[in-house]
Amino acid sequence: MKNGAVLTVNDLRVYYDTPAGTVKAVDGVSFDLRPGERLGLVGESGSGKSTMALALMRMHKPPARIAGGEVLLDGVGDVMELDDEGLRRIRLDRLALVPQGAMNSLNPVMRIRDQLADGIRTHEPGDDRDALTARIRAQLARVGLDADVGGKFPHELSGGMKQRVAIAIGTSLSPSVIIADEPTSALDVVVQRQVMETLRSVQEEIGASVLIVGHDMGLMAQIADRMGVMYAGKLVELAPVHDLFTNPQHPYTRLLIESVPTLMAKRALASIPGAPPTLINVPPGCPFHPRCPRAFEPCDSEVPLPMSQNGRVVSCHLYPEEAA
Amino acid sequence: MTAFLEMTNVSKVFSAGIIRRQHTVAVDDVTMTIDEESPSILAVAGESGSGKTTLARLLLGVIPPSSGEVIYRGQSVDDLSRAQRRTYLREIQPIFQDPFESYNPFYKVDHVLTVPAKKFQLSESKQETTRLIEEALDMVGLQPAETLGRFPHQLSGGQRQRVMVARAMLLRPRLIVADEPVSMVDASLRATILESIRRMKQELGISVVYITHDLTTAYQIADNILVMYKGSVVEAGSVEQVIRDPQHPYTQLLVSSIPQPDPSLPWGAEAEIAGDPESMAVAATGCKFVERCPVAFDPCRGQRPPLYHEHPSRAAACFRYNDSPELEGENLDLVFEPQLTSQAASGSEDPAAN
Ligand SMILES: Nc1ncnc2c1ncn2[C@@H]1O[C@H](COP(=O)(O)OP(=O)(O)OP(=O)(O)O)[C@@H](O)[C@H]1O
Ligand SMILES: Nc1ncnc2c1ncn2[C@@H]1O[C@H](COP(=O)(O)OP(=O)(O)OP(=O)(O)O)[C@@H](O)[C@H]1O
Ligand code: SF4
Ligand SMILES: [Mg+2]
Ligand SMILES: [Mg+2]
Repeated sequence: MKNGAVLTVNDLRVYYDTPAGTVKAVDGVSFDLRPGERLGLVGESGSGKSTMALALMRMHKPPARIAGGEVLLDGVGDVMELDDEGLRRIRLDRLALVPQGAMNSLNPVMRIRDQLADGIRTHEPGDDRDALTARIRAQLARVGLDADVGGKFPHELSGGMKQRVAIAIGTSLSPSVIIADEPTSALDVVVQRQVMETLRSVQEEIGASVLIVGHDMGLMAQIADRMGVMYAGKLVELAPVHDLFTNPQHPYTRLLIESVPTLMAKRALASIPGAPPTLINVPPGCPFHPRCPRAFEPCDSEVPLPMSQNGRVVSCHLYPEEAA
Repeated sequence: MTAFLEMTNVSKVFSAGIIRRQHTVAVDDVTMTIDEESPSILAVAGESGSGKTTLARLLLGVIPPSSGEVIYRGQSVDDLSRAQRRTYLREIQPIFQDPFESYNPFYKVDHVLTVPAKKFQLSESKQETTRLIEEALDMVGLQPAETLGRFPHQLSGGQRQRVMVARAMLLRPRLIVADEPVSMVDASLRATILESIRRMKQELGISVVYITHDLTTAYQIADNILVMYKGSVVEAGSVEQVIRDPQHPYTQLLVSSIPQPDPSLPWGAEAEIAGDPESMAVAATGCKFVERCPVAFDPCRGQRPPLYHEHPSRAAACFRYNDSPELEGENLDLVFEPQLTSQAASGSEDPAAN
């Protein structure tokens, strides 16, 4: 596969057809996921992150449709072209998703151990009970849960514990790509760190790459190798994590980072002026231009194309000429 | 001071398991007051599974306490008349942790806004109701035209969460109990929503219980904070004291684990996280944190540490402070800002006069 990426996304478009119009939730996103890397994906709420996470696995549901682009999985080909059988085989085994709000997708009337067993059995039929029990135990331990959690029902667990169960299910077949949508937003910082350490160790053990969607900029700074920033269905910036935080190039990235509060001084929380865009009527030109403090002449008419330089990709008319 | 909502020695015990019954003390002996005249924002932080949501459900009257009382305007929530219960349900509005569970998938999102608007007769006319709804959506950065008329699954996680915040705002309650209301929105929107919550306190005198894992925003918007560990309050006081200068070893671990938005800073001081925090058995006696505590000493295994009033606006349940006086009646009001008179703070016999 080109440049050794595990997953290459080219110009992916995912649209929702609604009576009010077409919601362009993912509109021409390209990036690649490198072997063993942790790629963080942040951005505006409603900018298309979860839609993309689902679409990468073809798990999007109508009225969502793939309106274009390809998702090349190393050794498999274009995921967008696979038939049902092909999809069934790669899911969980090659590409695993821990969906947003995963803890709510647990079956309420099934014990945790049976839910874990389900995923394992569909891919590895056979009925060595002891081996299965040991697998489940190990899987729970991987996410820092006691074996007796296996005997419980979801409602007996706290939100955080359920989220960890979901992560255990997602990683049970050692996939090569793990897509985690807000995997720790329900956890306290101590457990967050533990889960992230776990994800890191599972990843190192099996050599997986991880795409982590999230809003916690602190967490992203600590865990990601590279970071992508989405705004209105577009990937507006993609850069090594250090560069992104110390020297953000896209005005949206810059303002987003500025709105992260700290423990240093108590002050009014800063937010980006203006309203989030509607994805049915995306502003022409750069979708950020109505809120951008640096917008200039071409911004309201010409769509800025992704420009690549020094391992960074930015979609802004200011880049790279006026790189700060 | 007029006590709006009080908890007096409230505990909640859950029992699970059919053959071997296991008891989880989800909330262990909490005493505090939410005052009517001096509205405040109280952050509730702590481990996953430490009882934060249970505390919220107790305040909301969704579940009854196993012992102790939740008192609304001078009367136990258990004994409210129908009419009183109705105002209670209107005056305390929840924002549930889980924006997915709060919706009925078969109704459009409008439903969660129009039904309570009707039920509590917010306005005279339909147009007025619509205007109020649009205003509330606006406050959380949602475009009414793009939000109304949609089904819950057609909104993103953060959009759903914001509709719930708008709903709580719409009803102009006296108290909002918000369980992780902004965990799924971006930093900028988080700021917008929290600022509007703060404005509600300042302009409309609405108190807020803000349950969160995000200690940074807790520090920014809350007046006070209560830190829970396995059902117990391990530290409480003003955010300035507790977050900037934590005393309990668990709070110290928590604050040092906050991931900093700077990749060149390490994540957390302690490298090792001992044991399996969530499912670790709690010793029958002694400090609940003792197995993980780096500074435990002899007394820690003997008894439960009481809350020590070691700073005028802070108390910590840790034997390292046993030369300080115990917090009188374990009453958290004594360390919360604004400090109420001691007479009022302990006076639950003064039935809230209306
Ligand atoms: N079934 C649907 N029908 C129509 N529009 C939808 C549907 N699902 C999502 N959308 C819209 O698509 C856009 C992208 O949603 P998505 O869930 O991907 O956002 P997100 O970036 O994950 O947001 P968040 O950070 O809040 O989770 C949103 O504007 C949302 O309203
Ligand atoms: N209905 C129930 N039956 C049995 N146990 C319960 C029930 N509800 C909660 N618990 C237990 O009570 C404890 C506290 O749970 P709670 O949901 O209040 O925690 P939390 O602090 O809100 O956690 P999180 O941060 O993960 O949301 C947990 O050990 C949980 O397993
Ligand atoms: S009481 Fe003892 S074990 Fe508990 S936190 Fe304090 S020092 Fe640690
Ligand atoms: Mg999402
Ligand atoms: Mg909770």
